[in-house]
Amino acid sequence: MSDSSAGRAASPAPAGGASAPPNAPEKVVKLRHPWRIVVAVLLLAAVAVFVIDAAQREAFDWGSVGKYVFDKRVTQAAGFTLLLTVLSMIIGVVLGIILAVMRQSPNPVLKSVAWVYLWIFRGTPVYVQLVFWGLLATIYSSIDLGVPFMEPWVSFPTKVLFNAFWLTVIGLGLNESAYMAEIVRAGLLSVDPGQHEAATALGMGWGKTMRRVVLPQAMRVIIPPTGNEVISMLKTTSLATAVPFTLELYTRTRDISVEIFNPIPLLIVASIWYLAITSVLMVGQFFLEKRFARGVGARPDAGPGPVTASMSAVEFDESDAGIAAKHGGDAR
Amino acid sequence: MSEQTTAPAGVTAAGDASVPMVRAEHVSKSFGSNEVLKDISLEVKRGEVLCLVGPSGSGKSTFLRCINHLEQVSSGRLAVDGQLVGYREVGGRLHEMHPKEISKQRRDIGMVFQRFNLFPHMTALENVMEAPTQVKGLSKAKAKARALELLARVGLAERADYYPAHLSGGQQQRVAIARALAMDPKLMLFDEPTSALDPELVGEVLDVMKELAKTGMTMVVVTHEMGFAREVADTLVFMDGGVVVETGDPRAVLADPQHQRTKAFLSKVL
Repeated sequence: MSDSSAGRAASPAPAGGASAPPNAPEKVVKLRHPWRIVVAVLLLAAVAVFVIDAAQREAFDWGSVGKYVFDKRVTQAAGFTLLLTVLSMIIGVVLGIILAVMRQSPNPVLKSVAWVYLWIFRGTPVYVQLVFWGLLATIYSSIDLGVPFMEPWVSFPTKVLFNAFWLTVIGLGLNESAYMAEIVRAGLLSVDPGQHEAATALGMGWGKTMRRVVLPQAMRVIIPPTGNEVISMLKTTSLATAVPFTLELYTRTRDISVEIFNPIPLLIVASIWYLAITSVLMVGQFFLEKRFARGVGARPDAGPGPVTASMSAVEFDESDAGIAAKHGGDAR
Repeated sequence: MSEQTTAPAGVTAAGDASVPMVRAEHVSKSFGSNEVLKDISLEVKRGEVLCLVGPSGSGKSTFLRCINHLEQVSSGRLAVDGQLVGYREVGGRLHEMHPKEISKQRRDIGMVFQRFNLFPHMTALENVMEAPTQVKGLSKAKAKARALELLARVGLAERADYYPAHLSGGQQQRVAIARALAMDPKLMLFDEPTSALDPELVGEVLDVMKELAKTGMTMVVVTHEMGFAREVADTLVFMDGGVVVETGDPRAVLADPQHQRTKAFLSKVL
C-alpha cells in the first residue's frame, strides 16, 4: 500500500518540476492510512451488531432498566455511594498527607509510627478490615474511662455510638490513607531538594518548609494518581456490605434484583450510575490539575499568570523562553 | 540593610564591630571517610568581600554551606558575628541547638544558590515576600512594599508578577538575590551564583553583586569569575583538596601566585 503511494508521489517530480511555478509551495501527497479506516469500519459494524442484538435480547430486560434507573431507592443509593466515596477520600487524603510527612520527618518516633500504620493497613485486605470495623461493637462492647485494668469511672455502651455508615467511612478512609501516604510521599520526593535548602536558608523551619514550599509543588505529582484512587474508591464502596452497610449502590441494586428475580437489568443500572459519577469526578480532576500547574514550565498552553499575560506577549522573546524552559526543566 | 539586627541579650560579642563577621578555627568536615575540609582557619571582617576560588571538589562550597549550617562541621569552631553556628559551647563542650534556634541564626545569613532555587509556584514578588511574612511575621503590605523596592534595586520591578519559569536565568538569580536581601541579612553567601548562567547573562548578576558590595555588605562568594574577584573582592582565598592553599589581596594573588597549585589552577582558568 505505502509503496505504491510513494511511487506515485515520486514519479511526477521530474516531469512536473519544470511546469510548476518556481515559488509555489510544492504539493506533497499525504501519506494515507487506509487500514485505519478499514479497522474503524469493522469495529463500528461489530458495535452495531452488538447493540442491535442487545436491544432485542430479553435477558437484558431494558424495560426494567428504564424502570429502576431513576427509582428512588437507586438514586438514594447512588447518593450514599458518592457520599461514602467523598468522605472516605477526605479522611484518606488528609491522613495520607500527615503519614507521608511523618515518614519524611527527621523525628524517628513519627517515622516509625507511620511505618507501622502503613504495614498494617496495606498488608491486610480492605474487605477483612471492613468486617473487623463491623465487629467493633462486639469486640469492644463499651468504652471505659479510668485507670487500665481497674473498675472504670465512666462506661459507654458502644452499640449506640457506632453506626454502619460511619464505620464504613472510617474503615475505607483509614485503609485509603495508607495508599495515599505513598502517593504523597512520591510527590514529596519529586520536589527538588534545592527547594528545601532555599527555604531552610531563609530561616524557615521544617514544618513551614513542608507546608509552604514542598507540599504545594508536590501536589502536581500527587493529583493524577489521587484521581485514580477516587475512582477506585467509588467502586470499593461496594464492599461496604461487609460491615454491613447495605444502602450503597451495588448492594441496593442487588437487593432489588432479588425482589424481581432478575439480576441483569439492575447490574446495568448500577453500571450506568458508576459511570456517570466517575465522569463527574474526572471533570473535577481536570480543574484541580489546572489549579496546581501554576508557574510550571514555559509551555505556551500554560501561559504566564493572568496579570502578566499581555506584557509577556510583547516582551517575551524566544531566547528568554528557551532559557526559562531549560531551567524549569532542570529544576524538576 | 546596613543596620545591624540587635543581638539577643546574653550574647556579648554579637554586633560588636571588633568581632569578625565570620571566624573559622580549625574547621574540618567529613562525609563518611571522605574528609572534604581539613583544618580550615579564616576570618571575614565586617564589610569585607571574600572570594573563595579553587578547582571543583576543593571543598569551597561545603565550607560556604557550613557557615549557615546547611552542613554541620565535624570539628573546629565556626562563628558568625561572634556566635557559634548550630552549637552552644558550655564548659568546653558543644551542645546541639534546637532547630528553631538554628533557623533564627539563619535569618541573618542570606544565601544565593548556583541553581537559583526560586519557589516555582510563586511569582517573583511572592518569592521575595515569603520569608519576611512567614518567618519574621511582617504584614503583607509592608513586605510587599519592601519586596518591590528590592526588585527595583535588582532591576526587575516590572517582572514582579512573573513566575520563575518565565524569567531568564540571570533574572531568576537577581530575584534570588532580592529574596535573600529581604531578610535584611548581615552576611551574604553566594554559592557559584553565575555558574549555571549562559555567558551573556553573567554580567547582569555580577553587576547586582558589585552594587551590593558597594553598600558595605559582608559577602562570601564562591566563584570562578576571576575578573569579579579582581575587581570587587578584598580578599581572595584559594582552596584545593580541602585546605586553604593561599590567601591574600586578589590582585596580588592573581598576578603573582606563590604556590605551585595556585599557579596551575590559575593558568587553566585565566
